[in-house]
Amino acid sequence: MNNLMDKCCDKCVHSPRTPCRDYVVCRLEGPVCHQDEACKEKRIRFRSEVNPAPGQGRTVICVCAGGCTSSGSMKILDRLEKAVADKGLGGSVEVRRVGCHGFCEQGPIVTLEPDKIFYTQVTEADVDDILASIGDRPVERLLYTNPETGEKVVGYDQVPFYTRQKKLVLKNCGFINPERIDQYVAMGGYRALVKVLFNMTPQEVVDEVKVSGLRGRGGAGFPTGVKWQGALNAKNDKKYVICNADEGDPGAFMDRSVLEGDPHAVLEGMIICGYATGSDEGYIYVRAEYPMAIHRLKIAIAHAEQYGLLGDNILNSGFNFHLKIKAGAGAFVCGEGTALMTSIEGNRGMPRFKVGRSTEKGLWEKPTTLNNVETFANVPVIINEGGGWYASIGTEKSKGTKIFSLTGKVINTGLVEVPMGATLRQIIFDVGGGILGGKEFKAVQAGGPSGGCLPSEHLGLPIDYDSLGAVGAMMGSGGLVVMDETTCMVDVARYFLNFTQNESCGKCTPCREGTKRMLEILTRICEGQGVPGDIDTLDRLSRVIVKTSLCGLGQSAPNPVISTLMYFKDEYLAHINDKRCPAGVCTALLVYSINAEKCNGCGLCAKNCPANAITGEKKQPHVIDTKACIKCGNCIQKCKFGAVEKK
Amino acid sequence: MTNVRLTINGRQVSVPAGSTILDAAAAQGIFIPTFCHDPGLPGVASCRICVVEVKGSKNLTPACMTAVREGMVVETESPAVVEARKTILELILANHPQDCLTCEKNGDCRLQDYAFLYGIKESGFKGERHNYPVEDDNPYIIRDMNKCILCGKCVRTCAQVEGRAVIDYAFRGFNTKVAPPMNTTLGESDCVYCGRCVAVCPVGALLYKPLAGKGRVWEIDREPVTCTFCESGCQFFLNRKNGRVIGVTAGTPGPGRPLCLKGRLGMELLHCDDPVTPQLKKGDQFEEVSWAEALGLAGVMEKIKKLEGK
Amino acid sequence: MTCKCGHDDAATKQEALQKALDKYRTVRGALIPLLQEAQEIYGYLPREVMQQISGALGVPFSKTFGVATFYAQFHLKPRGRNIIRICQGTACHVRGASRIFESVSENLGVGINGTTDDLRFTLETVACLGACGLAPAMMVNDDTHGRLSPDKAVETLKQYE
Repeated sequence: MNNLMDKCCDKCVHSPRTPCRDYVVCRLEGPVCHQDEACKEKRIRFRSEVNPAPGQGRTVICVCAGGCTSSGSMKILDRLEKAVADKGLGGSVEVRRVGCHGFCEQGPIVTLEPDKIFYTQVTEADVDDILASIGDRPVERLLYTNPETGEKVVGYDQVPFYTRQKKLVLKNCGFINPERIDQYVAMGGYRALVKVLFNMTPQEVVDEVKVSGLRGRGGAGFPTGVKWQGALNAKNDKKYVICNADEGDPGAFMDRSVLEGDPHAVLEGMIICGYATGSDEGYIYVRAEYPMAIHRLKIAIAHAEQYGLLGDNILNSGFNFHLKIKAGAGAFVCGEGTALMTSIEGNRGMPRFKVGRSTEKGLWEKPTTLNNVETFANVPVIINEGGGWYASIGTEKSKGTKIFSLTGKVINTGLVEVPMGATLRQIIFDVGGGILGGKEFKAVQAGGPSGGCLPSEHLGLPIDYDSLGAVGAMMGSGGLVVMDETTCMVDVARYFLNFTQNESCGKCTPCREGTKRMLEILTRICEGQGVPGDIDTLDRLSRVIVKTSLCGLGQSAPNPVISTLMYFKDEYLAHINDKRCPAGVCTALLVYSINAEKCNGCGLCAKNCPANAITGEKKQPHVIDTKACIKCGNCIQKCKFGAVEKK
Repeated sequence: MTNVRLTINGRQVSVPAGSTILDAAAAQGIFIPTFCHDPGLPGVASCRICVVEVKGSKNLTPACMTAVREGMVVETESPAVVEARKTILELILANHPQDCLTCEKNGDCRLQDYAFLYGIKESGFKGERHNYPVEDDNPYIIRDMNKCILCGKCVRTCAQVEGRAVIDYAFRGFNTKVAPPMNTTLGESDCVYCGRCVAVCPVGALLYKPLAGKGRVWEIDREPVTCTFCESGCQFFLNRKNGRVIGVTAGTPGPGRPLCLKGRLGMELLHCDDPVTPQLKKGDQFEEVSWAEALGLAGVMEKIKKLEGK
Repeated sequence: MTCKCGHDDAATKQEALQKALDKYRTVRGALIPLLQEAQEIYGYLPREVMQQISGALGVPFSKTFGVATFYAQFHLKPRGRNIIRICQGTACHVRGASRIFESVSENLGVGINGTTDDLRFTLETVACLGACGLAPAMMVNDDTHGRLSPDKAVETLKQYE
């Protein structure tokens, strides 16, 4: 027995060909089929290696091998592994490659378990100190400073960013090695699968999901239980389960983090869905830009098959379920359900007009249950803890937790899981630590290209599916981009329209031609060429595109424009009527000038002006020739006295 | 078959279950414009000009593919519908040449008809337009993709013939274009110029080259004729101007009806007063050929001559 | 991808393609994965390869072309040995990403999505590299380069053959 999943002795016969229904329970409580203290000991030892208790003399160093790789975590990992080997610490120290810890702002992040020690912004050079500190005092300089108290904190359980979250889906992320099925099982993984296979009928599973109140985490918020019921009721010889992992919103990375950090949770959710809806085949549609997620899913599927948790006659239950990965090929619109299915079928990813529900006629015209990554990852929690327990979290109509990726002008960027109903203020200020650089909050963009920008008056809004829709935004996949006073809302609207216009599939007229014209108008406004009729035209185009587009992409494409027109119309008017960008973003509308009172005539600005637009006598206030100025902003950066102003 | 009752524009209507709103409206003589819809082709609901308002629905819904439901209340010309149709027409016109004066399809163009119907004089949107070269490097079909509104009927009708599917959508978004493989011209493709695509094009994107410049739509009478070259019995139209047949065009393709070039040329030979010499592709080039060769009768003619010529 | 052992590169690629064709011939919905594998082998999708794929799967060539031009991942022209992706994210944009692009473009003599004649570089842009702290940034193959200036960006390219 080399790991928890192996046979303890020859008495164990479990394999995919000779499955044993007690296999998973046996790992956690066994052996079940025979009495043997030695076998029991082995299991206890493997489980405690995965999840050691304090004082056991074992340390697990968890290094993010997800998002932190872009800030050099792989080098830290290599160095740690080598040092542990060189120093012969292998018996008491495990270096573990884990998924995202969530606090990306502070990356690379390294945690030490079981003491919950939390190191931030670690570099290769810190490796020896970290190893030397084990069993001694933590490395002071790597500890996180609580910005509220100014004091260093040792454990992540004292970091405000984490204490104000509630991790149901992300609980394993940043703790287990996503490439090790034994670690997932040691943490209670696949228990939910065992429970449904042997103690629940498909209808009971569907009912439990209904009771939980779980709604689709992909954005639209359709009740998952109702969807599953539809698929269960559908009479057909073949049914499919699809996991939508085509996360494409700029600035959204929750699905990626779950896939990279805890892929088996998604697999388990899908297998349970297959059992509940009577399906024996599933697909995971992952965007091609997520090679690491695809890699880890492949490993996870291979392991699940190897140990008989996926495939034919799973755990001798008679239930078969097979999973395949489909890599996307670069088309945002494939996140839309019908486009995703038509893409799996090998076509251009153009959405189809739905005649009836996908649970009746979906992939290859067969009943299909399509859910998002985060939705599936919630399912094992619901089965283990009960739908009623799950429904106690959240608001009246939105249950459970939601993962958000918090980015933009906020201090703590990263991945955040909070109960439904948390307010925007709690997420942005309590978890997110507030606005960067002491600036003023202006808006938060919720829901990506399909969502909207909400002003400060909505900071107290408890977030759920319905509340966001009511104020002109949407849950979307869960992106939250924070904006401050230096963000131009017209420019933001243009940015998102540019995105959706680029990703329009071209099938239906309003989206193909309409988003193009909207983008042209917004670009014109940002360049100071706006005319008074533009706002009415944008209004009309928005209304028609929303009402007549074929798919969700088109129907929601105007949302960034609609919401900024609703809350920030004065900014549009300033651009159009006064040819002024109040946030100082739209280059064509900026005028650079030098405040004569602040300028001491050092000449640094003139020296750095690439257009030779600045003149002046030494020690006398300088002047910018606005006609020659190319608005590059060099002078502002160089001036030590803050004398250069842009308006 | 059971019937479904619904209300269209305040009128109580009873139609067979499974009908679309478009069918139900048509049965009542209520007109709903369509571009991409064709009863003989699979539906796609992509042009969106047929959208109507269904009470209780947040958005407008395409009449061509939405099945009627008991108690449904439909408005086909409500203010929201009219605004949507006008805007869609303006959007199409913003990216469509306004050369109706010289367009071959003047008088037989749905875009023109609907612009007239909804009073669209010009598009309110100015911006980028497509600028594709007009293709006429083959003797039978002129293809002007600047006029294409991407209804996709040509794609669907071409795909109905086994082994053909010469054209399909290519590229994406605003740059979407109906194209043969590698975005070549029809002349370079495997197209056999049956003219099915020309027959279904609702605008001036696809035209018969032999008829180009020969007459305005209203000067030409179209008389249906059934081809007898094979047992398919395809329908063609004799195009008559001032009493003379000036050309033959493909009719509506039925299921399993190939509408082949050979048939159309045969009809031209039989019926045209002044038939244009046929051309066939030899290698990469089109060459004028004898009628016997064009109709694949060279051997037969020879034999007939041999037997009867004595 | 290029074979350096001396034997016929084209034959090796054709062999690999044939293997892929055999693998997918009877699989439903195989067009996209097969195009992906073919692009892995050839670096792009030559006309003849798409024709072979169409033939093997019984899919019209027009459809294969339509699918290949729909998805951003597929390339119909040979790409360079080194792929440059200049970040267009918001952070990079405000710190002069457009000037980085211009200088690289000018230096290589190619525009967006262009490939140099010697097939050394292909110049692309990317929505966001997620390296906002290092703006302006670009990626060459799998390496991220940050805090660029127009000159530094051009200088950086010299290490890629």
